[in-house]
Amino acid sequence: MYKLEVQDLHKSYGSHEVLKGVSLQAKAGDVTSIIGSSGSGKSTFLRCINLLEQPSGGSIVLDGEPLKLISSRRGGLEAADPKQLQRMRSRLSMVFQHFNLWSHMNALENVMEAPVHVLGMGKGEARDRAEHYLNKVGVAHRMRAWPAHMSGGEQQRVAIARALAMEPEVMLFDEPTSALDPELVGDVLKVMQDLAQEGRTMVVVTHEMGFAREVSNQLVFLHQGVVEERGDPRKVLANPQSERLQQFLCGSLK
Amino acid sequence: MLHGYGSSILEGAWLTVNLALTAMALAIVLGLIGATLRLSPIKWLARLGEVYTTLIRGIPDLVLILLIFYGGQDLMNRIAMALGSTDYIDINPFVAGVCTMGFIFGAYLSETFRGAFMAIPKGQIEAGLAYGMGSAQVFWRILVPQMVRFALPGFTNNWLVLTKSTALISVIGLQDMMFKAKSAADATHEPFTFFLAVAGLYLMLTSVSLLVLRFLGRHYSVGIKAAEL
Repeated sequence: MYKLEVQDLHKSYGSHEVLKGVSLQAKAGDVTSIIGSSGSGKSTFLRCINLLEQPSGGSIVLDGEPLKLISSRRGGLEAADPKQLQRMRSRLSMVFQHFNLWSHMNALENVMEAPVHVLGMGKGEARDRAEHYLNKVGVAHRMRAWPAHMSGGEQQRVAIARALAMEPEVMLFDEPTSALDPELVGDVLKVMQDLAQEGRTMVVVTHEMGFAREVSNQLVFLHQGVVEERGDPRKVLANPQSERLQQFLCGSLK
Repeated sequence: MLHGYGSSILEGAWLTVNLALTAMALAIVLGLIGATLRLSPIKWLARLGEVYTTLIRGIPDLVLILLIFYGGQDLMNRIAMALGSTDYIDINPFVAGVCTMGFIFGAYLSETFRGAFMAIPKGQIEAGLAYGMGSAQVFWRILVPQMVRFALPGFTNNWLVLTKSTALISVIGLQDMMFKAKSAADATHEPFTFFLAVAGLYLMLTSVSLLVLRFLGRHYSVGIKAAEL
């Protein structure tokens, strides 16, 4: 059975269709990299999976449980049952390009927040768990620091700890290293590689071809809202079939 | 020096402080409701919020005070009479004062709060939603604590103006410090002494408020302020 199954996802902004039927299946432990040029719809696709964007059509199934969708007034699809959506979101942690740590909470509080207030965990247990994951991503020494006082790399690792503390079934990464200074990218990629090796299910929108090739086991190349090519990353990147992907790789592997 | 009116004026001052604090509490509630209405994606709710702020901010406070106290009293009695009551209903001036001031300053605070909510980066809300928070949780745990920092400068202004505007409530017979000072001044024919004393008391009240609000400002910019130069 698939951990995450997205079928035929469509998304339009007005008359402009940015996703024209994109599907994705991920088994437990799969690491899926989604690549494509900007405007290809890859971030939009990821944000549709947890309904931060309303898709116009398609279905989303998490661990066998379909997310119930109904038409919204704005023309897209919204959750039929807000409680179900909240429950599913708590099992689908997201890591954002700009970290989006809550700026009024320190690192520890950021990581404890959702376990306590969404999962209903006791403070003591949540603190132990938060300390464990902050330690794991190598920022335990910054536990009391405010987001504004941390480097981008530290903030992103705290954000990953925040995602891990939910012990989610699938982790969604939206260009997690794109906003980082080049010398900080490595730390974050290393953490993500460790997570992949632990067998976590991850969907990663990325520009890091090295990560896509070495760490992920499934590659999806999006172009203008359509999956142009998909498959084993090593094979696809070494021997791209579609002309679009060849062009894209020429540009990005300079 | 105060011809024995000192304690009476202090009593009035206590009432002024109570009036200002209670009215502000009501104004904060109405301001949050007003701001939420104005930011609502539902059109008629947003319009309702707009009508509230436009109407209240466009009418002088004194007119509203008289309108609500005398007009409201008249209206209530007409309704009571129509329902067959023979008792004449008196509105308590303190309650009327709190309601009127709360209602007026709720409108101003709606705008202050609205601006403050809009200053919060959208990613903060998205992170809350993405982790499974409901909209009420996002509002109280993410938005409100961050909004306070942006709202404090405007809030401070409103609080100072409200504190001073309580003096207007003396026109409907509330025995606040302004009312007491006026009575004392009339009785002793020493207006300068008593109005100066009251001016000093208002200044004391506002100065203390500024200190408290400055402390709050520091508290709510924790994690932010020190990062700046």
